[in-house]
Amino acid sequence: MLALAAVVCGGLALFQFAATSGGTPTARSGGSAPLGPSASSAAGQAPALLERGRSLFVTSCAACHGINAQGIHGRGPSLHGVGASAADFYLQTGRMPLPSPRVQPQRTKPAFPQPQIRALVAYVASFGGASIPVVRPAQGSLPEGQNLFALNCAGCHTIQGQGGIVTGAIVPSLDRSTPTQVAEAIRVGPYVMPRFGEGELSNAQIDSIARYVRSTQHPEDRGGWGIGRIGPIPEGMVAWLLAAASLLLIARLIGERTSDRNGDRGVSGSERSGGSERPSGSGGAA
Amino acid sequence: MVGGRLVSAIAPRSRTRDPVSFVDERLGAGRGLKFLMSYVFPDHWSFLLGEIALYTFIVLIASGTFLALFFDPSTRELTYQGAYGPLHGAQVSAAYASALRLSFDVKGGLLARQVHHWAALLFVAAITLHLLRIVFTGAFRKPRELNYLVGVTLLALAILEGFAGYSLPDDLLSGMGLAIAWGVAMSLPLVGGPFATALWGGRFPGADVFESRLYIAHVFLIPAILAALIAAHLAMIMIQRHSQFPGPGRREDNVVGTPLWPGYALRSLGLFVVVAAVLVLMGGLIQINPVWLWGPYHVYVGTNGAQPDWYLGWLIGALRLMPNLEIHVFGHTIVPNPFFGGALFPGIVFALLYALPWLDRRFISKDYRRHDLLQRPRDNPRRTAFAASVLSGVAIVFAAGSVDRLFYQFGFGYEGAVWFFRGAFLLVPALVFWLTKRICNELSRERAHPLRDWDGELVVRNERGGFDAR
Amino acid sequence: MIRRAWKAVVALVLWRMGALRRKPSPLEEDPSERTVGAPAWAEWLVLALLATTPLLAACVVALVVLEPDTQLLGLAGGALLGLLAAALLVAGRWLVPQETEVEKRPALRDPAQVEEVERDLGAGAEGITRRRLLVGAAGAAGAGLTAAVAIPVVALGPGLEEQLRRTPWHSGRALVDEEGTPILAADVREGSFLTAFPEHADEEDLGSPVVVVRVDPATLNLPPQRRAWAPEGLLAYSKICTHAACAISLYRSPLSQSTQARGPALVCPCHYSTFDVLNGGGVEFGPAGRPLPQLPLSIDARGALRAAGQMSGPVGPSWWGDAS
Repeated sequence: MLALAAVVCGGLALFQFAATSGGTPTARSGGSAPLGPSASSAAGQAPALLERGRSLFVTSCAACHGINAQGIHGRGPSLHGVGASAADFYLQTGRMPLPSPRVQPQRTKPAFPQPQIRALVAYVASFGGASIPVVRPAQGSLPEGQNLFALNCAGCHTIQGQGGIVTGAIVPSLDRSTPTQVAEAIRVGPYVMPRFGEGELSNAQIDSIARYVRSTQHPEDRGGWGIGRIGPIPEGMVAWLLAAASLLLIARLIGERTSDRNGDRGVSGSERSGGSERPSGSGGAA
Repeated sequence: MVGGRLVSAIAPRSRTRDPVSFVDERLGAGRGLKFLMSYVFPDHWSFLLGEIALYTFIVLIASGTFLALFFDPSTRELTYQGAYGPLHGAQVSAAYASALRLSFDVKGGLLARQVHHWAALLFVAAITLHLLRIVFTGAFRKPRELNYLVGVTLLALAILEGFAGYSLPDDLLSGMGLAIAWGVAMSLPLVGGPFATALWGGRFPGADVFESRLYIAHVFLIPAILAALIAAHLAMIMIQRHSQFPGPGRREDNVVGTPLWPGYALRSLGLFVVVAAVLVLMGGLIQINPVWLWGPYHVYVGTNGAQPDWYLGWLIGALRLMPNLEIHVFGHTIVPNPFFGGALFPGIVFALLYALPWLDRRFISKDYRRHDLLQRPRDNPRRTAFAASVLSGVAIVFAAGSVDRLFYQFGFGYEGAVWFFRGAFLLVPALVFWLTKRICNELSRERAHPLRDWDGELVVRNERGGFDAR
Repeated sequence: MIRRAWKAVVALVLWRMGALRRKPSPLEEDPSERTVGAPAWAEWLVLALLATTPLLAACVVALVVLEPDTQLLGLAGGALLGLLAAALLVAGRWLVPQETEVEKRPALRDPAQVEEVERDLGAGAEGITRRRLLVGAAGAAGAGLTAAVAIPVVALGPGLEEQLRRTPWHSGRALVDEEGTPILAADVREGSFLTAFPEHADEEDLGSPVVVVRVDPATLNLPPQRRAWAPEGLLAYSKICTHAACAISLYRSPLSQSTQARGPALVCPCHYSTFDVLNGGGVEFGPAGRPLPQLPLSIDARGALRAAGQMSGPVGPSWWGDAS
């Protein structure tokens, strides 16, 4: 049961690494102007916020990303052009700052309180790039989301968003991802995840995917205890550790009438001569 | 039980005699009934493992019959409009839609589905445990070789039957499983291509008839063979009588135990109902194979962490561990890669299982005589060590089947873990052979201890000042 | 140290085995016996258990009619069966007479009968003069029958190559997405991947689905004859794994070349065969024996992607004798 519990509770969200190489902006361009909840674009941010972000950046991020976020080869990529979207994703999911540039970033508690994150995001956004996407899961369609998720996401994240592996990296579980983080990850493509532009997945389609991801966080476990919803591995464990083990126990209880008695040596076998049916002090002794 | 008294015989009352004589006068069944009722079952818990498998099979037939009333084995595409909202409007096959209908619309349908699936997992588990008991106690020896062969065949068929059932609902996992089955079928030497295309009615995912072929195999062909072989299995046991462990009064030429009637029949019937109770409880309370969460299958989708049911875990493990060897000669493939893990490895394991009685008498025990007394594992260190080493090899490959989940849970690198398991597969069986043999020898040496098997009596003083023998 | 650990292991095993230890048999002894006399508690217990089952049975019926909830049904049904089982087990163990009987084991073999059977078998061929010829003819009949079954099966072979290799792709066929919308080259960004199908073809055909990715053309390392297959660094590979036909639905697409050593790869979720995208789909890791077939691409005047020829190899798993 311990092993089972390990599987069931294993919601270790291990994940992606920040590194959008400087060139193309990753999120949407042009027309459908996104309305960021916190930082829509670098312009128009209060200078105080930017200044706070810069000083935080210098103390917490510049060791890898460079003093002006221009990147340091072999340590951390340039953040010019990655936008508020990437910065918000990495900071809100606690993936940055990273203990070492070589390890895969994984989801943890955010390292900074919300005001500091806002300041850092504003500072990174000042180098250009996409703003935080706006997601409306309520407007998405669940069947469409299921279909798109199966086609584009399930290969790595499993169809229920439970996380998995790819050769060389761990794929995080989506059990704590907010709709905004889902959209950010799709547009940014953190660590080894592919990224999807608007030509590949429209904003409406992302709404549907976000809705589907949310549905996997509140699944319809009609069948009872969901045992992790990763399919046959926990099912096999339950079959062996619960069904087979309990039946073995019952077999042990009812299976041995004669030899049970044999063990407690109530009447030693050698005492008796070979009569056929004779009364015996302790029932079924043999 | 204390103070039980002796009754020589219970006179049959007329109420029971009437139906018995009715049957006897028409079928001459009296003799058979007498034989059956006084058939002696030696008492040992491990003799119940096969019974658990038998009773699970009955639960499978019962729940499967219910499912068959509602399942539609067709890959006809339709738009899903049933009770499960998240898939409304999705293009699914009729088979998948009817699996959803069973889970959401049919009264008790989900319970039946889950009971059936848990029973399938338990069926193979019980057969496996039963087989281990047979192997480690030498119960396959003369005169039981034929029955042993039937038993091994039952295991193989049970695995096949389980896989067919897993593949029927046409959900994402079953589709991926069938794709791998196609790959393995294609890899068979000489006949692979024609065999696979004939079976599937064309290239994977195959013609529409494939689903109905699978269905007929699952609900009729394989169960019928299973039932016939189970009958033969039981008949052969009754002809030869049960084997038994050595013990007081237990010799090669007798059977000591409980007669079928009345005690054993009630206990065995009780075991059947216990099996059913456990399965119904699990079917009601623990979710298994939630096909609505997996979604429908298309050849162009896949999910991470896709796994077969546990009893095929050793095959996915073998497929994953196999290095990317594929034999090509003059631009033609001779041995495709899935052959090694998907056909050769299980082929070798089953060949070893089938050959075990003959390997044992020729090389391991060097004993051609008839044996009706079982051996404890330590009594035959060579056999125990051999069986344990083969088992450990299979277990390692089995564990390797879930290396991706190990990676996910504990962070071992996948590629490193694959290499680790490859090495373990080569080393551990040898180590297990050596270790098991040593433990067995040690245990039988311990038998020679002067106080071991001491048959004296311990006399102790009681409170009343007298002496009691313990 | 090792010796001590070894002793601990042996001691542990011995200790466990001790519980199961059994006395050896004094050879000549008849262990059969019979105890009768049901204890009162057992009778009452069985009675109580049996009396409760109708209640639970009513419960199950009520649930089926009113509220067929899976969990409640399972609980009620399981409890019903559990009580019944307990009644049966208690009755079998304590209520009915407990007997130990000794039965003689049948000998099985009967040499006299065997001899007779052998004689009768031989008698079946008595008076037949052309025995050898008849045996030969019977053998020929068997061989003929086998051939009559086997040859049609093997005859599927020729043409099989055609059937298993065929894909809907041909030069000029447009790549479309799941909805049938043509895929524009400009829509596929570096670091992205998407699934494409031949226009107006069966999406469920094994030869149809391809994965389209875009990489930096400078990093490409394709074989010389495939130089023109990847316009603007756009690559298309079959989505069906050459190992066991699963859909290649993982794309490992590292963003930062400076901190991540391994390049982009397509990975199969079934056995994690990993195919190098940059060098033409070669196997980087995993059991697949063949590279992933590549589909040559071209970009038409409207900027849409089209196939520029056939797949570079057979799609899906290999089979015995295929031309790979």
